[in-house]
Amino acid sequence: MMRVMKSIRMIAAPVIAVTFILVAWQIAVMMSGVSAFLVPSPLAIGQTMWASSDRLIGGAIQTAMASTIGFVIAAVIGILVGSMIAAVPFLRRSLYPLATILQMVPLVAVAPLLVIWLGFGLPTAIAAATVVAVFPVLAATIDGQVSVDPGLREFFLLHGASAWTRWRKLDLPASIPAIVTGLRIAAGLAVIGAIVGEFVSGYGGPNAPLGIVIMTAMREARTDLVFAAIALSAVVGFALFGAVSCLGWLLVSRWHASGVNSLEQSK
Amino acid sequence: MIRKLPTLDFQSVSRIFSGGVYALKEVSFSIPAGGLTAVIGPSGCGKTTLLRIAAGLERATTGSVKLIGPDGGAYERASENLSVCFQDARLLPWRNVTDNVALPLELAGVSRNERIARANQVIAAAGLSSAQARLPAQLSGGMRMRVALARTLVTSPDVLLLDEPCSAVDEFTRMQLDEEIFRVWQVSGATTMLITHSVSEAVWLADQIVVMNMGSIHEIRKVALPRNARNRTSAAFLLEVETVMRSLACAAGVVVE
Ligand SMILES: Nc1ncnc2c1ncn2[C@@H]1O[C@H](COP(=O)(O)OP(=O)(O)OP(=O)(O)O)[C@@H](O)[C@H]1O
Ligand SMILES: [Mg+2]
Repeated sequence: MMRVMKSIRMIAAPVIAVTFILVAWQIAVMMSGVSAFLVPSPLAIGQTMWASSDRLIGGAIQTAMASTIGFVIAAVIGILVGSMIAAVPFLRRSLYPLATILQMVPLVAVAPLLVIWLGFGLPTAIAAATVVAVFPVLAATIDGQVSVDPGLREFFLLHGASAWTRWRKLDLPASIPAIVTGLRIAAGLAVIGAIVGEFVSGYGGPNAPLGIVIMTAMREARTDLVFAAIALSAVVGFALFGAVSCLGWLLVSRWHASGVNSLEQSK
Repeated sequence: MIRKLPTLDFQSVSRIFSGGVYALKEVSFSIPAGGLTAVIGPSGCGKTTLLRIAAGLERATTGSVKLIGPDGGAYERASENLSVCFQDARLLPWRNVTDNVALPLELAGVSRNERIARANQVIAAAGLSSAQARLPAQLSGGMRMRVALARTLVTSPDVLLLDEPCSAVDEFTRMQLDEEIFRVWQVSGATTMLITHSVSEAVWLADQIVVMNMGSIHEIRKVALPRNARNRTSAAFLLEVETVMRSLACAAGVVVE
């Protein structure tokens, strides 16, 4: 009962806030008489969404595909390479600082380079998503695996476990909470990466992705359509983030968060 | 079947840590096959270092720790016949009690059905059956230690090394854990080294007590009390505790009178 109340309150607060902002926006546009070219009203954007729903949904599917594939590749690479870096002391000393620094390079700037390598089209959008999403996963994986309880490591050592066994049965499961945190950050970044990739990768046609819809609408001075496409890209980002969060919750809540809670209570 | 239990023999073991810290100086004593020797001494006197060398987790600077078979020959050291229990339970937080207890067998390559069966056996013997599906975070500190003790038994070890398994629990739980350690020792029949801070625990459990100070042995004392006289309130027990207490105080340079 308490939990239901709590989750209703958790959902209600942002819903109220968003509704308030939309209403205020609508009123402000109507009162000020600002031109629809500069700032369209939420109702106008809603109408555009309805009218162009085919184009927007088709675009959203393309963008969701690029970001999801890019995200999955980033997750696999990040976890595998991160585990390798964490396991090998020389790599840890040489590459770990590098990974941290690379995180601060604005990697979306490499998008034009990806066009040179991969050409115009979906692969560039996927690669752009991967490039920006991989570093949070990498850094989180390394962080998680270097901070595994030394006592547990010793237990595995004592029982003659190989490095591979120890990774599978100790290092990887122990670092899942950290990796999930990295994955959640990566999910949001993957959508940003995909859209920037689409800006430069210029693949159009009837199934143009949201990045292209935004660029085209801008050239046609359709500000309402730009806003509508932005709203849909936010939905894509939120969906990916939500899916990753749910997956993480399934993996971790059983022993991590809940474990911490019951430990707290037992004290 | 008559088991061939080894004697655990410390032969002038010294350990110097980097920076010239002498953790152990020429420590020599022997734990008879199937015996339980308690090692007591002030904090920092080198007890854990000694146990870690015996476990093969640390090397001796000079000297050695040997397992000697009943025929006087060397006894093969393997992770299956030597179990260690540390001060902290060291359980995997994402595994339930059964899977934690089964882990040593899993690492030794025992099939899943067999290791679960054997794990549940030692869990039942420890009176933990009702908790076997729980995660470590859902257990009290004392229960976690009992799970860790049960885990040391699952491989039927010949040598048991216990590093202050009771130091993180209250006095009452400690007495319960002492019973558990006694049971574990009896069930396994293993040659056992028990490190402890508690004199009464040492007297209650051990047949030999090694009193250490600053890396050397101060006294090696056989506990002459028969098992049935180990009543924590009997005069003989309290006298023995007092005697060991004096030895410890003398070793640590504390004036008793
Ligand atoms: N890895 C290490 N490097 C340097 N010095 C160490 C190391 N491990 C232990 N020592 C030192 O060796 C000495 C003995 O330590 P040890 O942990 O064996 O003591 P102990 O008797 O187990 O103490 P306690 O009862 O507090 O557990 C201490 O002075 C400690 O500082
Ligand atoms: Mg110690």
